Order: sequence, then structure tokens, then C-alpha cells
Amino acid sequence: MKDFSGKVLFLDRADINTDEIIAAKYLTEITRAALKPHLFEDIKLDGFHGQDEIAGKNVIITRANFGCGSSREHAPWALEVNGIHLVVAESFARIFRQNMFNCGMLAVELPATTIDHLFQSYAHQQTAVTTNLENRVFTIAAGDQKEDIKFALPDFARALVETGGWVEYADSHY
Amino acid sequence: MGKTVAEKIFDSHRIDNPADDVHVLKLDAVFCHEITTPMAITDLIARGKDRVFDPQKIKAVIDHVTPAKDSKTATQGKILREWARRHRIRDFFDIGRNGVCHVLFPEQGFVRPGHTIIMGDSHTCTHGAFGAFAAGVGTTDLEVGILKGICAFHYPKTIKIDITGSLPAGVFAKDVILSIIGRLGVNGATNTVIEFSGPVVAAMSMDARMTLCNMAVEAGATCGICYPDQTTVAYLWPFIQNEYPDRSTALEAFKAFWPDADAAYAKIINHDVSDLEPLVTDGFKPDNVKAVKAMGTTAINQIYIGSCTNGRIEDLRIAAQVLKGQKISDNVRGIVSPATPKIFRQALDEGIIGIFMDAGFCVTNPTCGACLGMSTGVLAEGEVCAATTNRNFSGRMGKGGMIHLMSPATAAASAIAGRITNSPLFNA
Repeated sequence: MKDFSGKVLFLDRADINTDEIIAAKYLTEITRAALKPHLFEDIKLDGFHGQDEIAGKNVIITRANFGCGSSREHAPWALEVNGIHLVVAESFARIFRQNMFNCGMLAVELPATTIDHLFQSYAHQQTAVTTNLENRVFTIAAGDQKEDIKFALPDFARALVETGGWVEYADSHY
Repeated sequence: MGKTVAEKIFDSHRIDNPADDVHVLKLDAVFCHEITTPMAITDLIARGKDRVFDPQKIKAVIDHVTPAKDSKTATQGKILREWARRHRIRDFFDIGRNGVCHVLFPEQGFVRPGHTIIMGDSHTCTHGAFGAFAAGVGTTDLEVGILKGICAFHYPKTIKIDITGSLPAGVFAKDVILSIIGRLGVNGATNTVIEFSGPVVAAMSMDARMTLCNMAVEAGATCGICYPDQTTVAYLWPFIQNEYPDRSTALEAFKAFWPDADAAYAKIINHDVSDLEPLVTDGFKPDNVKAVKAMGTTAINQIYIGSCTNGRIEDLRIAAQVLKGQKISDNVRGIVSPATPKIFRQALDEGIIGIFMDAGFCVTNPTCGACLGMSTGVLAEGEVCAATTNRNFSGRMGKGGMIHLMSPATAAASAIAGRITNSPLFNA
């Protein structure tokens, strides 16, 4: 199972689409590793400085409808090869969310008020998240601030995350 | 309680229900193209599972970059080609027979009412125009589809949109769907199916219905669905005439996939189009919609007519009607991509290709190419494209480029004017 803890990258915009996560011109790559330098290359986000900000981050906290647009699984892969296995958002586009779980990654939805609170309290500082999948809770901490955030995770999604994805699950069950 | 179209299709295809709200469906078809399938193939090989569930139910095409533009795209094509040969996938469309997947596969009769279809492509929702449940999926779901002929979905809620009134002259299915996306927002239908109903849809051709359903995903929808009727039967008749004694029997069979009168909807929206004007997007999201006349003097560098949204024969006919006897502005580059070889041939036979060429357009082979900035029409930094495609995301047609989405009529008129403008087919 993957690790869902680490430093947080805050992306303060709704509707960040899959073309922004990984541009279509990189869809001709046939290895996942080749996607690594191109994550968020075309993102429209004031004050975002690309690779410098992505380096060393393992968790994204963002707004509504993250991953809308194309079906490309290259989007979660581009996150994965950059060491980002957990995205926390107000909501996700359907295909992107399913792709995350199918790859054994975590897509966590929280209410808008909680997301607002996380941005207000943590976005301006170095923040880290420690996830406890068993108890469906993560601890978010920055400086002397610290709190536990509970999240919902359907059993089936958790089974996919734990067994390493949908291919193995499906081939052994059907 | 009655059922929606999607509920009927789910209930007739479910093979397992492994968790609350996880429904594993049997698939009638798995569509493949060379962008998302090679990664699935190489992963299946790496897992020692290089198998296909049923070669008859797998349809594959090279469409996104064709002819190959470099070694990488040539390799993607090669992986798909060799896989199709290895597994005896007969419906594999390579260069000379290939076209944009969501136009080609319906044209070949592969989509039927009540079918379940997946593809590693978000615009798979197009096929709902035939009353099918068709959904875009990622590579892992595609992989399992290829291997086992199944896919897992949440039980979909349905939004029913009654499109009422009468569509003014010069206003088209593209304008209708842009108005709906503008109304719902890019997240307004996430995890839901949209049923497009009402007299305006009933009067639409299959080409127009496919334009409508194609962009359902731009509002977040899993699939857009139209009810199969006599127009659907007429389109499919060459492919189904041995299955039914006559057209009315086929229609009766397809009515099994109409919603029940007491079906429960998440929302029912009445969308009156009597006063609708031609629309265009202005921004980087498909819900940034405004009237064409509100665009001022937005200058454009490129016009692109094509794609799975508006590259069908009806679209080319409409554009040609506007372009006939006209020249496009010296300041714009016009590119048209008929979506399939059949459409290309029809356009040639009807004199439409000549009209485009006389107007100054470059006519490309059938391909997705420019729509997602992969080939045949990439924008430079700061350039603006008027396009009949489906996405205006930042960078989509080339880094630093801006895309305005519109109907073929508006695109053709804008090509002539060199700026975004209404077509003479629309009388304001």
C-alpha cells in the first residue's frame, strides 16, 4: 500500500482540469516516469511557480471539481511519479476520482467549510499531513497548530487501495 | 417506482454488487484508441494477463495522431496495431480507414440502444445519443474492460433536461449544449447521467444528438442520453435489418430503453430554446459562455472545424453553406478535418471540400489532431482559435493559446470576418 502522508501543496482554485495537471502533448509518452517534470505545467493559478513548489510535496489540498476534463489516467500518474498519493478536495470529477482509487491512490472529499478552514489556517505556512487509513483520519500540522480531520472512505475504495488496484481485484473476483 | 434509462441499463447488465453503490456491469463493447490503450496493453503484458475478453466486442482505432508525427506516436500506433492483430480484433481501423473514434464507431453501427460501452476517452458520452450507457474511463478501468468485459460504476442519478420551444434558424445543437453547460456549470452534473428529452431533441438528427451528448461531460456528466426513436432506427437500419422484420418492430424493442413515466430524477429542468442565440465560450472553462454578439472585435488567428463534437457531415454542410463563394480573411488560417473517411468522401461528392478549398481552408485527413493540440493545427503562444471542438482549457491547443468554442456556422462566418461573429444563417 502507498504512503499517504507528507508535506502539503495547496492549490487554491476550483475546477483544476486534467489538461492543467498534465498537458495533452505528453500523452504520447509510454512510461509514467516521463511525466514527472510536466506536472501542472499549464496550470492557471496566480503565484504558482511550478516545479519549485511541487518538489518534496506528497499531499494536495484543493477546492471543488479537481480533475475535471479528460479521462487520462496520466493525471493521477503524473501526481504519483511526483510522490503525491493523496488529494484532498471539496469534490472530484468522476473519472479522475475513480482513476485515483484504481491506481491505489487516495482521493478524499471534505465539506467546503472544512476546506475553507484548512486554507485559512494552513495555506500560508509549511504544513504536513499524517494519514491513518485504518481510522479514516489525517492529522494536519504546521508550527504549533495541529488537528485531526476525519474523512469518509467507502469500503470498496479502501479495498482497492489496499489490494493495489482494480485490475488484480477484478481478475481474481470475476 | 419507475426507472430512468440508465437505471434500466444498469439493472439489465449488473453481474455483481460488491459494496454499497458499486455496480459491476457487463459490457457490450470496449472502444480503444492509441493514446490511452497502449499503457493498458503494456500493463496487462507486465502482469502476465495479455488477454481480451471477446475480440468481437473490442473496437480499436488510431485517431488522435494519424499519420504518426514522431517516433513516440509511431510507437503508440505500433503497440495498438500489433495487439489488435495478436488478439484477432477484426474491427481495427488503421490509416486509410481511420477516423475520430466517436464519429467512426457509430457510423460503423457499433452503438445500439441499451448497450453498455466504455472507452479510455472522456467524450465516450457521445454514444448516449443512441440510448446507450457509454462512459469515459481511465486506463485501469479500460484494462479491466479489455480483460474481463466488465466495469464498475456508482448507480447514477439522472438529471432530465426537457429541451422545449423551437430552435431559431442559425442556432444549432452546439449552441444548445453550450447554453446548458453555461446553465449547469462545469461541475453541475458530476456523477449524474443527463437525459436530453423534449420536442427539440426529437426533431434533431443523429448528428445533432451526438453533438449534444458529446459535451455532457463538460458539465461533469457520466453520460448524455437521448431516447431511441424513429430517427435512431433509421440511422441504424442498415446494421439491424437482419435482426428485426421491420422498422416499427425495432422501434418497439428500443422503447424498452425509454424511461418509465414515474422514474425518479435528481432534477428536471425545462430548457426553452426559443430565444436562444448563437453562443461562444470566452475563457478557459466550457461554462464561460456568452452570446456571439457580445464578443466585440475579438481577432482570431486560426479556425478549426472538426472533432468528435462537430466534424460530421451535417456540420460540414452547414459551414459550407456559409463559406460558399466566400474567402476567409487573410489574417486567419482555416483548418477543416472531416471526422471519418466516409464523411470526407461524402463532402467530396457533395462539392463541400471544393467550397472549403476555394475559401482558403486547409483540408486535413480525419484525425483528432488539433482539438487537443497534438498535431495538424497547434497554436503558438498568444494565438486565438475559433473552434468547433469541446474544450477551451488553457494550453489545450498549444501552450499560451486561447480557444473559443462555437458552432460550425459561427466558425465559418468568423473565418470570413477574421473575428468572432454571427453567421448570416442567424437573423438577429
